[in-house]
Amino acid sequence: MIRTTPFHARLSELNDQQLYTHWQGTLSPMRYSHAPKHEYFAVRNSAGVFDTSPLYKYAVTGPDAERLLSGALVRDIRTCRPGQAQYTAWCDDRGFVMHDGVAFRHSTDDFLLTAGRPALSWFQELAAGLRVELEDVTDDYGMLAVQGPRSRAVLAELMPEAEKLGYFDHVPAKVADAGVTLSRTGYTGDLGFEITVPADDALAVLDAVLEAGRPHSIRPFGEEALMTLRIEAGLPLVDVEWHDARLAFSDADCVTPKELGFGWMLRGVRDGSRRFVGSDAIRRELVDGTSRWATTGIVVDPEDWDRLYREADLFPPKSEHPWPYESMVLDEDRVEVGYCTSFVYSPVLQRHIGIARVRPDLAAAGTALRLELAINHHNTTVRVTTTSMPFFDPERKKA
Amino acid sequence: MSHEYDAIVVGGGHNGLTHAAYLAKAGLRTLVLEKNDLVGGAAITEELLPGFNFTTFSYALSLLRPEIIHELNLVEHGFLPLMMPSSFHPTGDGDYLLFGDDHAQNLQEVRRHSPRDADAYERYHRDLDRVCQAIRPLFDNAPPNVFGNDPDDAADVKWLMDHLGGIDRKTMHDVVRLLTGSAKDWLDDYFEHEAIKGYHASSSIIGSKVGPMSPGSGLVLLFHKMGEHDGHLGSWAFHKGGNGGFTQVLARAAQAYGAEIRLGAPVTSVLTDGGRAVGVALEDGTEFRAQVVVSALDPRRTFLELVEPRELPLDLVDNIRRMKFRGVSAKVNFALDGLPVFPALPDTVDHYGGFLNIGPTIEYIERAFDAAKYGWYSEQPFIDAAIQSVVDPDMAPPGKHVMSCFVQYAPYELRGSDWETERQAFGDKAQAVLESHFPGFGDLVLHREVVTPVDIETRTGLTEGNIFAGEFLAPQMYFFRPAPGWSQYATPIEGYYQCGSGTHPGGCVIGSPGRLASARVLKDLKR
Repeated sequence: MIRTTPFHARLSELNDQQLYTHWQGTLSPMRYSHAPKHEYFAVRNSAGVFDTSPLYKYAVTGPDAERLLSGALVRDIRTCRPGQAQYTAWCDDRGFVMHDGVAFRHSTDDFLLTAGRPALSWFQELAAGLRVELEDVTDDYGMLAVQGPRSRAVLAELMPEAEKLGYFDHVPAKVADAGVTLSRTGYTGDLGFEITVPADDALAVLDAVLEAGRPHSIRPFGEEALMTLRIEAGLPLVDVEWHDARLAFSDADCVTPKELGFGWMLRGVRDGSRRFVGSDAIRRELVDGTSRWATTGIVVDPEDWDRLYREADLFPPKSEHPWPYESMVLDEDRVEVGYCTSFVYSPVLQRHIGIARVRPDLAAAGTALRLELAINHHNTTVRVTTTSMPFFDPERKKA
Repeated sequence: MSHEYDAIVVGGGHNGLTHAAYLAKAGLRTLVLEKNDLVGGAAITEELLPGFNFTTFSYALSLLRPEIIHELNLVEHGFLPLMMPSSFHPTGDGDYLLFGDDHAQNLQEVRRHSPRDADAYERYHRDLDRVCQAIRPLFDNAPPNVFGNDPDDAADVKWLMDHLGGIDRKTMHDVVRLLTGSAKDWLDDYFEHEAIKGYHASSSIIGSKVGPMSPGSGLVLLFHKMGEHDGHLGSWAFHKGGNGGFTQVLARAAQAYGAEIRLGAPVTSVLTDGGRAVGVALEDGTEFRAQVVVSALDPRRTFLELVEPRELPLDLVDNIRRMKFRGVSAKVNFALDGLPVFPALPDTVDHYGGFLNIGPTIEYIERAFDAAKYGWYSEQPFIDAAIQSVVDPDMAPPGKHVMSCFVQYAPYELRGSDWETERQAFGDKAQAVLESHFPGFGDLVLHREVVTPVDIETRTGLTEGNIFAGEFLAPQMYFFRPAPGWSQYATPIEGYYQCGSGTHPGGCVIGSPGRLASARVLKDLKR
């Protein structure tokens, strides 16, 4: 029996497509209407809700909770104060990334960690001998992302706390008589919030959000819209940008945090002042400069794109649906120098963009490269330029 | 402030702004002079009631040439086209056609009405796309001067002939059928269902004094199909903040390149010296000097008002005098207390994501046209409505809405009356049509604005209220736009150019005349 989320009963009523993925064995809508792009625009121009409940959720509590997490997570959890959250990752002992997730710190010794893949046993093994309890609370909570420029106005009607909540902060709040955690988090790169709610209260909270959002044209969005949004935000996705290092069969399928673009998480690693699983290997990588790749954004030259298709007697496609495959990145001599893991047309940027991994010496913003693609069943290349990410980064996201 | 510029653009509509941005980008000290207190011309957004933003005239985006978005870096200045997720067409019998972003779902919608028309729908779009593909190079380049005799002209003509020679027989025939025939004849070849034909015929009459049964309506249909949203041919979007939001983006882009924009600065004449343009004079007598003066106004004003017709060749003056404008379009814009209810779809709003097309069948539209032939407005007009606030909630206060209604036919010249007398009676006709499809509509109306063809002319300067700055008639297109021999943006007066929608390829929020004219100016200046 496929799992459903606590919001499913209501959200499935709003879904006239009935197209689902099995996100970690849970029904997850691809789209709610015939137009996922309209759902996308709800997030970029008004407000959208996304059911993010399929994420695994682990409660980490006890006097040694911080000690466990600081020895396991790539980012320094000690800098995360109660009421704050951190986007983070964890690695195997070779310094290759396993998963990513968000750690919410509720108090000194009380954390909730989300994860895209199951990870309980791994943390349990690391917790041996520590005074810490680990519990899989995935089924106990629903998580509802409310994202977009109007999300604050919508939620402030229900929870005044939304008005002042800072980026990646969270606060206990009440909606429809239910106690929830309201966090300024999300996976869209826009102004946005997430509501973590006990499963039994999920429908009441969802109804309240939808009702408050109605005058603001709120609408649910599915995974198709989410993919466009997260690529614009430059946010990586497990099994697309990388694979769980403990499950991969070859090192080519593994990446280090530095190679994945998570270098900013690595404060204190180079000088050895901070240690966690994989940090020794990562420190050697940083000191010796042995990174194989650097993650970069690429932006397609629109004139070249149009020319290639027009010369082939075709209309230049501009699809907000990402390519379902990797494509090679080449240099001007048509030598492979990297690969593009996510590629999509960005409606707000009016350009094709991609998340790519290239030889580190080619990652400086503004480097001219080429992306391989097939037109009329022949391989060709289109001009691209490297750029920093996020591609789309509105002020309102953190304001 | 200096009154000396390299180039002066008369008129801050979307083509004037586009043109100015290109000239400024090329390094010219460029001044835009706009008569109104707001740039945008016929593409403006006005807050008529607190929180309610009306697209007074032009209301949607599709024809804008994608090259302009990149060449002028418009995204950086706030360019944001919001896809219209649906297109809604009441069929007049309580039923409807609802099209969306999913082709297969659209096919089912067609099949619901006519199984026979389902595959016709696919062929129709394929054939029409093929025609668009074939004529796009003509559309996006300046017309060759077939009347010239220098080597450049000969090369341009050869380019044109080579291109036409490369078009396959069927497509070439389809091109001619569309350019010369009626929308009805074209649609009859594909569809059997009257409402499906009516739906597709709506774009064949926009802004034009033709009915869908008139030869020439095919051309209007084809012109509108040349637009796109993100590569989807014939698709439309609402710009964030309405089309006024778009022209504000253009103004910011032009200013970022260094162009100066002066509002409330009506130009009365182009100053000439020895047959050469040297500047312009404003109504208040202020003069500005430049070696290049570009009119973004319509051809009547460009050739017969800003300059002395006696400085121009007689045949040009004759051609401009007989150029057809004959506006037949009006707007009725509403502030609404809530969304209208279509009885067959009581519990959903998703049919309001784009155009609401009130013109159930070709016959309905043709009958609406009949009145215009005899100098009167339609008893039951065709309406192209859009509730922009559904897609862009910033257009109205939360829970409230703005509804833009493009209404046809409303001939500029009424027989036996005038528009000031008929304003509200005409508004009532439009509202009654809406009431018949959306019972209770009238109760939602908080405010109504009737924009007559005379208002369009008075406020935007578009002669006879023609929204395209000259009708889309075959003798007024391509190398005949605006007049034979003067389709390459120059004029007989040295240093005086034209860049408005009265030049190739024509009207709509398209930017192309502004862009192509800039190439001509810069070429002449050897920049």
